[in-house]
Amino acid sequence: MNEIRNQLVWNRLLAIVEEQAQTLMRTAFSTVVREAGDLSAGVFDTSGAMLAQAITGTPGHVNAMAASVGKFLAVYPLVDLLPGDVLITNDPWDGTGHLNDFTVVTPVFDGSRPIALFAATSHIADVGGRGFGPDAGEVFEEGLRVPIMKLFERGVANQSLMRLIAANVRDPLVAEGDLHSLTACNHSGGEQLLAMLREFEMDGLQPTGRWILETSRRAMLEEIRALPDGVYRHSMDVDGYDEPVHLACVATIAGDAIDIDFTGTSGLSPYGINVPMNYTEAYASFGVRCLVGNDVPNNAGSLAPVKVHAPAGCILNAEFPAAVSARHAIGQMLPDVVLGCLDQALPGVAPAEGASCIWNPVLRNVGSAQDNFANPPFVINPIFNGGTGARPAKDGLSTTAFPSGVRTTPTEVNEVTAPLLIKRREYRAGSGGGGTRRGGLGQVIEIVHAEGAPFVISKMFDRIRYPARGRGGGEPGATGRVYIKDGAELRGKGMDIVPAGATLVMETPGGGGIGNPEERDLELKNADEKAGLI
Amino acid sequence: MADDRLAVDIGGTFTDVVLETAGRHLTTKVLTTHAEPAAGVVSGIRQVLARANRKPAQVGVVLHGTTLATNALIERRGARTALITTEGHRDVLEMAFENRFEQYDVNIDRPQPLVPRIWRLTLPERLNAAGEVISPLRPEAVRALVPTLLDEGIESVAVGFLHGYANRAHEVLARDVLSEALADLSITLASEVCPEIREFERFSTACANAYVKPLMSRYLADLQQRLTNLGIACPFLMMTSGGGLTSVPTAREFPIRLVESGPAGGAILAARIAKELDLKRVLSLDMGGTTAKICLIDDATPQQSRTFEVDRSYRFRKGSGLPVRIPVIEMVEIGAGGGSIASVDRLGRVQVGPHSAGSEPGPACYGRGGEKPTVTDADLVQGCLDPTHFAGGSIALDTAAAEQALEREVAGPWRGEATVEVAEAALAITEIVDENMAAAARAHAAEWGQEMTGRTLIAFGGAAPLHAARLARKLRLAAVLVPPAAGVGSALGFLAAPIAFEVVRSRHMRLSSFDAAAVAAVLAEMRAEARQVVEGVAQHALEESRTAYMRYLGQGYEVAVEVPERADAEALRNAFDATYAALYGRLIENLDVEVLSWTLTLREAAPSTAPVAATAAPARNGRQFVGESRVRRKTLGSGDCVVGPSTIVEDQTAVVVPANFKAQVDDLGNLWVVSAEQS
Repeated sequence: MNEIRNQLVWNRLLAIVEEQAQTLMRTAFSTVVREAGDLSAGVFDTSGAMLAQAITGTPGHVNAMAASVGKFLAVYPLVDLLPGDVLITNDPWDGTGHLNDFTVVTPVFDGSRPIALFAATSHIADVGGRGFGPDAGEVFEEGLRVPIMKLFERGVANQSLMRLIAANVRDPLVAEGDLHSLTACNHSGGEQLLAMLREFEMDGLQPTGRWILETSRRAMLEEIRALPDGVYRHSMDVDGYDEPVHLACVATIAGDAIDIDFTGTSGLSPYGINVPMNYTEAYASFGVRCLVGNDVPNNAGSLAPVKVHAPAGCILNAEFPAAVSARHAIGQMLPDVVLGCLDQALPGVAPAEGASCIWNPVLRNVGSAQDNFANPPFVINPIFNGGTGARPAKDGLSTTAFPSGVRTTPTEVNEVTAPLLIKRREYRAGSGGGGTRRGGLGQVIEIVHAEGAPFVISKMFDRIRYPARGRGGGEPGATGRVYIKDGAELRGKGMDIVPAGATLVMETPGGGGIGNPEERDLELKNADEKAGLI
Repeated sequence: MADDRLAVDIGGTFTDVVLETAGRHLTTKVLTTHAEPAAGVVSGIRQVLARANRKPAQVGVVLHGTTLATNALIERRGARTALITTEGHRDVLEMAFENRFEQYDVNIDRPQPLVPRIWRLTLPERLNAAGEVISPLRPEAVRALVPTLLDEGIESVAVGFLHGYANRAHEVLARDVLSEALADLSITLASEVCPEIREFERFSTACANAYVKPLMSRYLADLQQRLTNLGIACPFLMMTSGGGLTSVPTAREFPIRLVESGPAGGAILAARIAKELDLKRVLSLDMGGTTAKICLIDDATPQQSRTFEVDRSYRFRKGSGLPVRIPVIEMVEIGAGGGSIASVDRLGRVQVGPHSAGSEPGPACYGRGGEKPTVTDADLVQGCLDPTHFAGGSIALDTAAAEQALEREVAGPWRGEATVEVAEAALAITEIVDENMAAAARAHAAEWGQEMTGRTLIAFGGAAPLHAARLARKLRLAAVLVPPAAGVGSALGFLAAPIAFEVVRSRHMRLSSFDAAAVAAVLAEMRAEARQVVEGVAQHALEESRTAYMRYLGQGYEVAVEVPERADAEALRNAFDATYAALYGRLIENLDVEVLSWTLTLREAAPSTAPVAATAAPARNGRQFVGESRVRRKTLGSGDCVVGPSTIVEDQTAVVVPANFKAQVDDLGNLWVVSAEQS
């Protein structure tokens, strides 16, 4: 009954990595990790192939973290590692696309024999430099970069590295706490893996690991084979930093291969919205997986059949030393482009375009020492969402993160953490694109400083110029806005100061509709009207 | 003498009644009468009283638990409920966490809020995080809502304002104005039901309470009236999800605390057994037709929690239900029951659940039109069930139908060209469902920083005794205990529950600037509130327990720390360090720790029962049953031993004793299933 045992081991590995992710979330310090779930966790075989990944977490880390373990092993071959060694990096090109994400990799040994590796990634609030935001011209301005190196050596913490990190970030306690929580979650995963091997009387993860990857790969190939062959093109314009970015995509389906090619997309931006290739791969393949093989667990086998390409010099294949801090502002738009291609191959399944990019302003005190004296410093990074695109059989989801997997932060928690008052935060009527199926609604947020002091906002917002488009006759969702109440309209990207006593207003974008709005069910329309949604 | 005690558990299908008289238990099951649930209760009570030849006046106390509140929430049959909240924040209840609980399914639906947008009304008022008034609430503004409430036929209102946990003055004012204008309106204050930071969970809890309040109030009044008519005038107590008993007035005020009271009863039963037998570490398994519920019980105390999700509608997935923050016995519930449907997925993997065939049409072997193979069908094909004696012989099982369903849906599709026998498919189903339960149990234990090894598995509910031995083997547990009358485990548990009430307060404080006097004042206030509820109903002395929810400064999740006798900063820090280290291994030095909220529970001290038997070993060795495939449980006496493979059949369930296991009856009538090599 090898078949049953293989399946039991697979189920168990999925349970172990889920536990690893939960431990990470419960012990994390950064708000975006603990409240919002900006993290990922997984287990890898000794060749660096990912065998299982936690469901908890966000898709931006999926492929990126899966690929990163191979890069760690290229620097530190497994034969040179010893029990108690823990590796780390936040290099955007070796990890998950910007300096805020730290990836920690821990080899697991049975005695002295390496049997697997655990990896976990989480977003650390501050890594120095300009702070989280799109304004840098090069990665050097964006904070401290830690190449792949040892965080622990044979169980002893690398104090030189710890001190270096602590000296270069604005909130060293949070950073240090999060590095501990990453290390701890890998450790607990390793302990559980060893217990599992003992229970099943296995001396390693092979051949079960190969069976998991092969089963997953075959299932994906089978799904792709069922799609009609063809070359499907789609493109989408988004706001960019100071000039629009054109995202062009060709999806080629031939037999059991699917290739996503972004040739024709705009070149590098002079600002920090550039996307390293690993992050492009993550969100492009997430778009595919939403429709194709979404029941197959994530691992090296299920990820491999989707190939993603972006030419050198393209904003989606940014190379060192491009600025990449706000790479999510462009990266999270990619599923919409990919879904636009797949909609041609698989009509009637893909949702319309949505707000897609999360609206996560960094809000902090104005920086001068004099101001700080009167108003103690604060920094928060709350997450607000717009509407998702309508689904062929359902309305879009209002104020819901997609494709990102994060959660929002409660108003009360934000107000406890910072001297701000969120005066308003509710649905933005009329923002969902009309259609037989309506797009999801965005929200309106109004924020003032509780003491009437000025404060800083760093913005990475999109869909202010270019809305989420509808499909099949559906209307676009409303574009987003950010402005001072009874005052100036602000740009979607970059830093601004909200003047003393002023009210900051953000209106997140709505999702696009599907189908002719005239044909919308009258009952649904009346219900929307009565509820004040349109 | 009014010494008899009655326990009543209303479930979705059956209402169980247990009469405890002169040291013995008489039980009955009657169909739940959904239109008037109290009618079924009364007929069940009449039955057991008649059988025991006892009079209503001889009943000294009635203990009651019910799923009526839960079912009303799941089926959305509650009151027309409005939420009155802070201007500018009308949609908190629906925006929720703004996330998707399943990443790869673009067609998920977020949980529908209990209060639709048209009934979410706002008032100009504002408090800040310190509870200070920024904009006052004017009574006229509240009064102006009255016509809307009347026009819309609103029966129940939840009032929840931002930061109301820090200052309840505005909510109290709103209640005063509304109750003056609308005497019949049912009103729930968020700051009373759940005075904790995080507005979505607090409002969600308040709305759920408001939603079931009129219904539960009517039901409890009706039941009280019927009991009086019957001649039962004794105290009447309600079981809560936290595992304690509370008064009817409190239950009517906070009916949300009654959800999951049935499963809580099961956990209390297991805890009582643990206490009687001095079992330090227990895992309870309550497996019925649709789901399995697993609970950790240490030192005869079930694991407690403060969060619960009602109606996880997407494969029992976390996040797909409505969150409520109430004291609950922490259990993990998974879609693994006798009715769970087996299939083969696209990847050729055998899958079991979470969908259930329920009782209609039921498993294929019921012969009631069910075509999908279920766990019960797999159990039957493997000979674990007696086809002529299922559910006390009330349903004749059709083995051929089970085999056909297994062949068609599992064995056939499973491995393509390879031959897979029906027996192998049946084995795969039981292996997978047992593995699912084992994985859930393990993950659950890990989430709470608990070890699995060394626990005794206590199994009850119709399907649990069939699977318990294999589950124990997977979890490496040495012994399984199946109590007598496991089929009415929840109602039996009510008889063992203490009078208890838990109060919670948010009071944020860093240990570096700890104000011991302020904490003492808060705890005193909480003590007075709890005392009001439990005094008068409690028969025994009261015990107090206090928990602080603490974390490192800057973390997002708190750990529950037992508050030491002397609640000062140093003692709390030590208690936090010990708890954190046990959960997560590593402490972080030189980092401040903060307390977010406090709970205080007053609990009636359990009448001290000395452990009856310290081990599974009964006083004497009785008969040995070897090589018998089926044994009737009622023929077994203390000390009798059944050597596996065998099945011990009783009315509501069957105990599977696998090969290399044996089962022995102890002096209390419990069946112990242990590995044969051990003894």
